[in-house]
Amino acid sequence: MSAALALGDDALVLSHRLGEWAGHAPVLEEEVALANIALDLLGQARVLLSLVGDEDELAYLREERAFRNLQLVEQPNGDFAHTIARQLYFSVYQHLLYERLAAGDGEFAGLAAKAVKEVAYHRDHAEQWVLRLGDGTEESHGRMQSGLDALWRFTGEMFQPVEGLDSAESGVDWQALESSWLAAVTDVVERATLTLPAGPRTGGWAAGAGRQGLHTEPFGRMIAEMQHLHRSHPGASW
Amino acid sequence: MVTETLLEAELRELAGSVPDPELPVLTLAELGVLRDVQVEGPGRVTVRLTPTYTGCPAIETMSADIERVLHDHGVPEVSVVTVLAPAWSTDDISAEGRRKLAEFGIAPPRAHRTDGGPVPLTLSVRCPHCGSTDTELLSRFSSTACKALRRCVACREPFDHFKEL
Repeated sequence: MSAALALGDDALVLSHRLGEWAGHAPVLEEEVALANIALDLLGQARVLLSLVGDEDELAYLREERAFRNLQLVEQPNGDFAHTIARQLYFSVYQHLLYERLAAGDGEFAGLAAKAVKEVAYHRDHAEQWVLRLGDGTEESHGRMQSGLDALWRFTGEMFQPVEGLDSAESGVDWQALESSWLAAVTDVVERATLTLPAGPRTGGWAAGAGRQGLHTEPFGRMIAEMQHLHRSHPGASW
Repeated sequence: MVTETLLEAELRELAGSVPDPELPVLTLAELGVLRDVQVEGPGRVTVRLTPTYTGCPAIETMSADIERVLHDHGVPEVSVVTVLAPAWSTDDISAEGRRKLAEFGIAPPRAHRTDGGPVPLTLSVRCPHCGSTDTELLSRFSSTACKALRRCVACREPFDHFKEL
């Protein structure tokens, strides 16, 4: 069940972060695009969390330490380029991971086969924007590079094997997943005339213990906002 | 594979005739989201539905509409369950469904599925207003997750395209 929680929390938390763009996106088309991506992720989260227990209780009544999402997805939106950097790192990872899960015959194969088609559009959306911003103006190039640099240290965590999804059972080879991810991200970054960040992704200086329930400071504020309505009005519905 | 009874075929036709809540020109059967209808016992029926997208919010309205239609037809106990596998594809939209989409002003999805068969040609998306194939993508995501926003270069009209999934 811990794997369903890890993947479900990634989807739920990123969905909430993307939803924060509603009313703030730079253009209407992007407002709609980010909300649509958030909706896809929310749908995936609902399926995954329902495998663990009551989806509403899990989303709205858990304390911060009980969430198992990657620290990457809880990072604040920053500017648009920062959000796109987070989208690139995560959607390439999710796409590659779900492709592997869909090809296996584990308990997530059905969901993964469905979700991977949605995530392919998220990945394409992120890649197109990285190209456009990186190979755009001096200003957009600088902002895109800053976004990639700032989030780089959170990317090592994605490849710590998720409990319940070890290589033998799920068919996910985490090392191979990491090399595929690195190759795909490097390709996009180079085509966008950007530089692959050089800082550490692993070892003592790398961030990331979200899978163990340790989260960064902004996450507490995020779930306070996400949960307050449900906690203030228990049992309320539309 | 269990053979469908006459009653099940009749109920499937009824459930399949329910209009899609977001694209009311299409029925659920034309959209390809109705998997099967099974009579579990006297007055007890299970309907299997598959969502277009995992997070499609219309699925709850679809379930309620199917329950209502079957109740009205005299089935007291209707249970609608959602199944994810095998995943829905835009190739599941019927030919009639595609025709209705175009008539409604939404460019239908192109053939997509590649497993096993020949690789489909990637044709350009035709403007549902003037028929020109000279159209361009404005945004991959439009009013709903299943549509992309395009513009016709010939008649300058923007239009929705049911994107391939």
